[in-house]
Amino acid sequence: MKWRRAAYFLLPAFVMYSLFVVYPLLSALGYSFWRWEGTARGSFAGLSNFTGLFTTFPLNQQLWPAFWHTAVFFVGTMLVQNTFGLLVAVLLTELPVAKRFFQTVFTLPYLVGGLVVGYLWSLLLSPSFGPVNKVLELVGLGSFAKPWLGDPSTALPVVILVNAWQYIGFPILLFGAALAGLPTEVAEAARVDGASPWQRFSRVTFPLLLPSIGVVSILTFIGCFNTFELVYALSGAQGNQPTGPGGATDVLGLIFYRVAFQEGGANAIGQSSALAALLFLFIFGIAVLANWAIRRREGSLT
Amino acid sequence: MTVLHEPVETVAKPPRPAARRRGRRRTPRERAMVILGVALLLGYAVVAIAPMIVMVIDSLRPNRAVLSDPLGLPTSLDFSSYTKAWTDASFATYMGNSALVTISAVALDVCVALPAAYVLGRYQFRGSGVLIAYFLSGLMLPIRLGILPIFYLLGNFGMIDSRVGLVLVYAASGIPFSVFIMSAFFRGLPRELEEAARIDGAGEFRTFARVMVPLVKPAIATVVVFRFVPLWNDFFFPLVLLRSTDKYTLPVGLTQFFGEFQTNWSALFAGLVITTAPIVILFLVATKQIVAGLTAGMGK
Repeated sequence: MKWRRAAYFLLPAFVMYSLFVVYPLLSALGYSFWRWEGTARGSFAGLSNFTGLFTTFPLNQQLWPAFWHTAVFFVGTMLVQNTFGLLVAVLLTELPVAKRFFQTVFTLPYLVGGLVVGYLWSLLLSPSFGPVNKVLELVGLGSFAKPWLGDPSTALPVVILVNAWQYIGFPILLFGAALAGLPTEVAEAARVDGASPWQRFSRVTFPLLLPSIGVVSILTFIGCFNTFELVYALSGAQGNQPTGPGGATDVLGLIFYRVAFQEGGANAIGQSSALAALLFLFIFGIAVLANWAIRRREGSLT
Repeated sequence: MTVLHEPVETVAKPPRPAARRRGRRRTPRERAMVILGVALLLGYAVVAIAPMIVMVIDSLRPNRAVLSDPLGLPTSLDFSSYTKAWTDASFATYMGNSALVTISAVALDVCVALPAAYVLGRYQFRGSGVLIAYFLSGLMLPIRLGILPIFYLLGNFGMIDSRVGLVLVYAASGIPFSVFIMSAFFRGLPRELEEAARIDGAGEFRTFARVMVPLVKPAIATVVVFRFVPLWNDFFFPLVLLRSTDKYTLPVGLTQFFGEFQTNWSALFAGLVITTAPIVILFLVATKQIVAGLTAGMGK
């Protein structure tokens, strides 16, 4: 096909993708080097927007905690997905059960979306009328009932569990597809050689699943560091709703929204763009690195 | 690993190990493990589905009953919370907007990505490798971080508080995934197709529209279903880009609703059900495409 002919096919997608996805991300990077007065661009600011993130009140007190919350959020979600999710996927492959039925049930929460999941659980976990505390009472654990989302010590773990509850269907499906695609001969050979089920899993199946675990981890990483809706619905945009945990669930996605649209002050554009630039480099950088590492590993395996 | 040729096929494979095991006799210990495993699956199924069942049941009970006992069963079906949400809180408008925006965005996304995926999937030319990498890098880009420039860009076009602006952003954000899935499909089609079409005298565009596109319908279905879900649920972009209530999509409308009806739990549950219902119906109709879309990333 001639270049000119190909251009007709490629141009619409190229222009739209460049204009609404690539260009905005690059401009955000550009914005971050200027001072802004409202929406008017002021003088060149060098790196002062970046240093300002760590020195201006209240951001300097929110940013690092938010980073750690997000990191814990990611690690916690990943631990649940790659252990429990993997276990469920293995059970669905090995046991004579209605696989499709369980997959459907486990995937439903994912489809509902972060905001709805957040609102739903904020009602379920409500201290006064919430069904969760009610269930605890019914089974005789009433003393454990507490304002789960209002207590700073339980708020983040609860948000992690809700997030894992929502997304668990994805690793289950992905691991399931990976398990179905594994060569049966290897596991069979191990069985003939007298390997126990656990040995077969840990020495044969698990190493073959590592690429899938890598993919799940990367996508979870991108998802967690972009999380916004879920925490917005569970704790409010300020993270300090009357029932909120006093900032204990502030994640980076929420801080970014807050700086850009709520309390950024006159230089909101400069400041939030600097934050966007840092987040972008961090998220995209790690995702690309991890992807590269997985591909390299795959290359050495086959 | 190479890109999957036919994502749908890989997941449709039968679970071989399970089928094989059924034929073998189990020892008592194995039987105990099976029972334990099934119990675990059933137990988690309850955890996964119970919140949504509570949501539906409580939306059908009067608010007073919900507040006094959130786990009670309905004595009679009470649809007044739905009428309240649908008319008083203008969920009818939100639903219309969500449907309009999501369907237009997915349609635009497919129309734009399809020809690009065709060329990238079937032809190699100078720069084609770079172009593929350029499009696919979008799979990992945190698009929301560009929200301020997107905001001013749409402002320049006079598209702030406009559903058209939202559609453009949504369609563009779907292009990487659509190109990824559909180009893999195009790549898997046999070479002879174009030759046959050319011998029959069909031009490049005709070959594409009449021969190739009909053959990638499964890929189109995967893209449609799988892009529909995140766009329907998206809250961030309409929160920033829309201003007037009559243009709100369901998630932003829902936020407003939760602010206004704080104490009417029955109505809140009804609002959640209304927002969720179309997606659940879509899922039950198109489970296969959703599973395919979710597991397509494996071949990356």
